[in-house]
Amino acid sequence: MAATTDDHAHDAHGHGAHGHDDHHDHKPGFVTRWLFSTNHKDIGTLYLIFAVIGGLVGGILSMMMRAQLQFPGSTIVADGQTWNTMVTTHGLLMIFFSVMPALIGGFGNWFIPLMIGAPDMAFPRLNNISFWLLPPALVLICIGLFMNESGSGWTLYPPLSNQTYEAGMGMDCTLFALHLAGASSLLGSMNFITTIFNMRAPGMTLHKMPLFIWSELVTAFLLVLAVPVLAGAITMLICDRNFGTAFFDPTGGGDPVLFQHLFWFFGHPEVYIMILPAFGIISHVISTFSRKPIFGYLGMVYAMVAIGVVGFVVWAHHMYLSGMDVDTRAYFMAATLVIAVPTGVKIFSWIATMWGGSIQFTTPMLWAIGFLFVFTVGGVTGVVLANAGIDQAVHNTYYVVAHFHYVLSLGAVFGIFCGWYYWIGKMSGHQYPEFWGRVHFWLTFIGVNLTFFPQHFLGLSGMPRRYPDYPAAFSGWNYVSSIGAYVSGIALCVFLYVCYRTFTSKAHVADNYWGEGATTLEWTQTSPPAFHSFTELPRIP
Amino acid sequence: MRSDGNSGRGSNRSTPGGTRRGNRLIAAGFVGVALFMGGLSFAAIPLYRLFCAATGFGGTPKIGLAAAPGGTGQTIKVRFNADTNPGLPWKFKPERTEVTLPLGEDQLAFYTAQNLARTPVTGMALYNVTPEKAAKYFHKTACFCFDRQTLEGGQTMEFPVSYWVDPKIATDPGTRDVRNITLSYTFYPSMQDAEKSGALAKAGPHIGPVPSDRVPQDAKTN
Repeated sequence: MAATTDDHAHDAHGHGAHGHDDHHDHKPGFVTRWLFSTNHKDIGTLYLIFAVIGGLVGGILSMMMRAQLQFPGSTIVADGQTWNTMVTTHGLLMIFFSVMPALIGGFGNWFIPLMIGAPDMAFPRLNNISFWLLPPALVLICIGLFMNESGSGWTLYPPLSNQTYEAGMGMDCTLFALHLAGASSLLGSMNFITTIFNMRAPGMTLHKMPLFIWSELVTAFLLVLAVPVLAGAITMLICDRNFGTAFFDPTGGGDPVLFQHLFWFFGHPEVYIMILPAFGIISHVISTFSRKPIFGYLGMVYAMVAIGVVGFVVWAHHMYLSGMDVDTRAYFMAATLVIAVPTGVKIFSWIATMWGGSIQFTTPMLWAIGFLFVFTVGGVTGVVLANAGIDQAVHNTYYVVAHFHYVLSLGAVFGIFCGWYYWIGKMSGHQYPEFWGRVHFWLTFIGVNLTFFPQHFLGLSGMPRRYPDYPAAFSGWNYVSSIGAYVSGIALCVFLYVCYRTFTSKAHVADNYWGEGATTLEWTQTSPPAFHSFTELPRIP
Repeated sequence: MRSDGNSGRGSNRSTPGGTRRGNRLIAAGFVGVALFMGGLSFAAIPLYRLFCAATGFGGTPKIGLAAAPGGTGQTIKVRFNADTNPGLPWKFKPERTEVTLPLGEDQLAFYTAQNLARTPVTGMALYNVTPEKAAKYFHKTACFCFDRQTLEGGQTMEFPVSYWVDPKIATDPGTRDVRNITLSYTFYPSMQDAEKSGALAKAGPHIGPVPSDRVPQDAKTN
């Protein structure tokens, strides 16, 4: 990503007298700047680059999987174990090494300080550690992939992940990768919470915070509450595998179903961790390009809080078939359906924001409207799946795969691209090429819908997930789905071309290139912002 | 870097010292929250066990010396199931596969196990009850499954289990429809035994259950 190229004349004043640890009058050299970075913008940039790398590796895996599934009887993937390892790694890469680094580490680091008027994050060095825990984690997970020894699925259920069925070291590498990624998220989220609580500009009360800040705050809370539970569960799993304990091994009195409970106590909040920051971005973009303040600000804030709270008490809807009695299933079904209420509040508020606005269909706005479409489709199938009775029939079929790809692979990823097009001018100082941005959007929109919509049909007619092959009866829609995947793959190449055009562009953009609709504090800064922004704290009336 | 002289709530955070102290307090608080949640995940192991014992969740029957309340004249059918982990060279089966018995009266059932190996082997039986919702009305007063059992090479042993079914099962609207209860046992090699024979150390690499050289031919059929 392009370095900030502006001079920092106004930055050079007044740093000598202040003892903030890492402030220099000029940008440090390459190694100091990028390896020992403590600057929130540089760390945000590193996170975004990392997310692109993680997403490309995960995307290549998905292309290979769709190629295998294009026709029945393919042998592109050698065997079931290889297939399972690819499925596992694809899921973990996309979640922990693409969506989370982009939405939380990337945009969070870049825009939390800029939007609340803080000079930097509360703990800049901790921020550096948060990022640099991720590359070793990526290496470990790729070891698991290339050793072909982590075929448990991203849910890591024992006995699939225990010594009996995944005896090799690759599985341990994958588990340790999650430990590192989890530690990274924990440190990052504590940093976010501290920054948001303690470093807001004078006058910016909690109820005046931009919605993106609220979304990152709720996300950080979810991370602090959920990730330690995953860490505990995989620590116990590692002990079961290597040190002869029996937390989840019935031989010694353990219960594998308990792992499922612990995993999903983390795993369900995790899906909101991935989507909430996208909610924040979408709110800003829709408000900016409708040239209206967001409809129902407080409702939007407390809808996110409610989603976060209720998200912790619905985990067992992933386990309807694990042998729960009907009353337990009835509770988890009701609690899950309740989540549709705050989510609906958000969708309707976004639509109400657009209602009567003077809408500009720029690329970020296209992504935002695309988000509304795909997220609503995924939400509707979510309501279907929440019903314990129906879920018994479609559990672990492609219907579930279609559902969570609509909300996450499409929802969260549309949010990422939306944020990228919205803020790239601010981050790099150069604007993206509008035409190619639109080509990117439309190709992606067509490609992903072509990929995932047919999977609803496949799932409803009974095609199970996590198999490298299928009966010929399923071949038609699988073919369509694979074609869609290739279209999205081409769209990703268009995105890389957009990146190239943006960073080689000679033109510079103004401070607030979106005009009157963009009202948050980052638009008061230069594009790109100075290496050290907000040397004078802004006052919020 | 920070302008002084702010009014209101901004003023106390405009001094770097105040901000830093506040930062540390908040961060320390959330480190505490993270540690608490991590601890809770470990506490979940005994808590889950307690929860299952208290509610019968997951088909956990009631354990203890509570006396049977006496018959009500109604009956229920109990089926007996026996499984053996392939790692344990035992032949394990119930004496009768099915009995019809009066609710609320003490019952005794027998399982037999034979050690097919030439050396002593220790096993531990795990148990549950299906349908799972019936578990809270199934009381075991004494059972071979409460302790580890050791069989000498070639030895055959009869294992008793003493139990009764609570008559409330017939009045609870949630379980009124239950006509059959299955009591299931799975015998596993005890962890200590497995460790002694080095089974844990040489557990891999393989896909699928225990390597065939550790499984006697006739035990495989289980």
